[in-house]
Amino acid sequence: MSSNTATEHGQSAMRFAQFKLVLLGESAVGKSSIVHRFVKDSFTDSRESTIGAAFLTQTIQIDANTTVKFEIWDTAGQERYRSLASMYYRNAQAALVVFDITQESSLDKAKYWIKELQKQASSGIVIALVGNKLDLEEERKISKDEAQAFANELGLMYAEVSAKTGEKVKDCFKDIALKLPLEEKLSQQGQRRRRTVDLNQRPSTNEQQCAC
Amino acid sequence: MEGDYDVIVLGTGLTECILSGLLSIDGKKVLHIDKQDYYGGESASLNLTQLYSKFKPSKPYSDQFGKDRDWCVDLIPKFLMSNGELTNILVHTDVTRYMEFKQISGSYVYRGGRIAKVPSNQTEAISSPLMGFFEKRRMKNFLEFIIKYKEDEVSTHGGVDLDKITMDELYNKYGLERGTKDFIGHAMALWSNDDYLSQPARETYDRIVLYLGSVARYGKSPYIYPLYGLGELPQGFARLSAIYGGTFMLDTPIEEVLYEDGKFAGVKTKEGVAKAPVVIADPTYFPEKVKSTGQKVIRAMCILDHPIPNTSDADSAQIIIPQNQVGRKNDIYIATVSSAHNICAKGYYLAIISTIIETDKPHLELEPAFKVIGATKDVLMGIAELYEPIEDGSKDHIYISKSYDPSSHFESTTDDVKDIYKRVTGHDLVLKKRATVEEEAELAGLS
Repeated sequence: MSSNTATEHGQSAMRFAQFKLVLLGESAVGKSSIVHRFVKDSFTDSRESTIGAAFLTQTIQIDANTTVKFEIWDTAGQERYRSLASMYYRNAQAALVVFDITQESSLDKAKYWIKELQKQASSGIVIALVGNKLDLEEERKISKDEAQAFANELGLMYAEVSAKTGEKVKDCFKDIALKLPLEEKLSQQGQRRRRTVDLNQRPSTNEQQCAC
Repeated sequence: MEGDYDVIVLGTGLTECILSGLLSIDGKKVLHIDKQDYYGGESASLNLTQLYSKFKPSKPYSDQFGKDRDWCVDLIPKFLMSNGELTNILVHTDVTRYMEFKQISGSYVYRGGRIAKVPSNQTEAISSPLMGFFEKRRMKNFLEFIIKYKEDEVSTHGGVDLDKITMDELYNKYGLERGTKDFIGHAMALWSNDDYLSQPARETYDRIVLYLGSVARYGKSPYIYPLYGLGELPQGFARLSAIYGGTFMLDTPIEEVLYEDGKFAGVKTKEGVAKAPVVIADPTYFPEKVKSTGQKVIRAMCILDHPIPNTSDADSAQIIIPQNQVGRKNDIYIATVSSAHNICAKGYYLAIISTIIETDKPHLELEPAFKVIGATKDVLMGIAELYEPIEDGSKDHIYISKSYDPSSHFESTTDDVKDIYKRVTGHDLVLKKRATVEEEAELAGLS
């Protein structure tokens, strides 16, 4: 969980901020596929339920001197029996609530996750309701108007994407990045690091010998 | 959920979640169930609504101490030794990715009616009121022996066999006073009674080494503590288990335990039947297979609006009241944390007092601790009986963890984890460094 102000290319004004983004939505709506498209620009049709990597990062440049890094938390399958830990929501600043435009019930499930977010996440969280499988337009069961109206009502961002073709995936993350409280984050980042200890760092041996 | 698993785990306390994570990393197919709708079982941290409904059901929380969800009150007060085994497991499994830790500001010990800081460096040692000038020199000699002692260099042993000499004899060899023995045995070796004095010195030596190494690691005290409370620990290990394929079901009571030939075979829940040849569970899932250890612990969770007096306004502290000082058989512990650790609303402090009950008026036994912490806004009290399994699980393949003991750290918890791991798998736990984020991405077909 590192964060700093980058000074690449000799430009002193490069700004860099890291945000935690969580994925939510029913199993098999394509949460992981959207992230894989965003992070690796790839897609596999027969993706198994998420095992292994559930902690990915990807940076996105939002203007000439500002980079946003997403620390992306996948559910690791813990959503299946509605057993996500409160830790999952903690300090999340953005959430992607995914449904499948070809699955009628998946929007209702998305509504459940939005409620959970409102209950458990911090109040300023940026939530995007995302309809996936735009490539299956001919099988669409949920109209864009209906989902968009629902998002508007709750003040959520709304996007329709295709993890398979990649359509609108990157735009969706960029739109989220633009909505995040960048200035606030930049001012906090420096402080936080000093307050906590890094367990992975071994102490140097000649330091601070107890001499009670 | 229906189907065959290698291991079913019941209860999401810390012991169960560490084992779940370790077994999932080993490639075992794990089904992990909790009857409650939150993670952590006995090692959860509760918000005030949950806490009041558990300890003061007649008086629901009504926002008098700020926002309910700003509070994460540990049910079992403990700290991590920064050089302890739990820290080691956290680092090796990289559960540190999901959590942040802070130091506990100080460790204090009660002596002659007031508390004094356990010195964490030379400057503090010189000015410490805990002992007189000559006693400080004797103490220094004793600690030098401990620090220089090397198992394979007989010249460092000072003519002593740690497995033969009792700890009291070792103290006496350095001419230490009773009060200094109390200080070393209770505030450094963290023994909660004086039984250790007549035992071989070895274990106390190990404990002092752990204490000194832990203080040396970050400086202020030997302890660290996770932001948002201890309840983050089981959640972090549960996430580790899930990432390695573990299936999690909260809010799922066990309707029936299935047996075949007297051995565990599976469980039945509202979601159907799940089978596995092995189950790991906390004591509440098999009340007929555990026995009381004979000890009961009283814990008082105290809400304060001020730091503990005489701690230089520390945002967190461990305070030990050695039994000798207040005419008891068991020490009284006070663990205090505050909004600096994101466990309560700003301006508040939480002090948890605990001890092993010795009389039939346990709340009165805590009096000396209440004097130390000063005025309270509210106090919630609970008494817990400690349980341990009757059998080791080899016959029925039911492996049950022990209740969390009243010690101030997690060393006995990780001992239980390692012991159960060995009984379940047949081999010792060897911690391997978990794959890096990049390697895991590769495993998941991401690069």
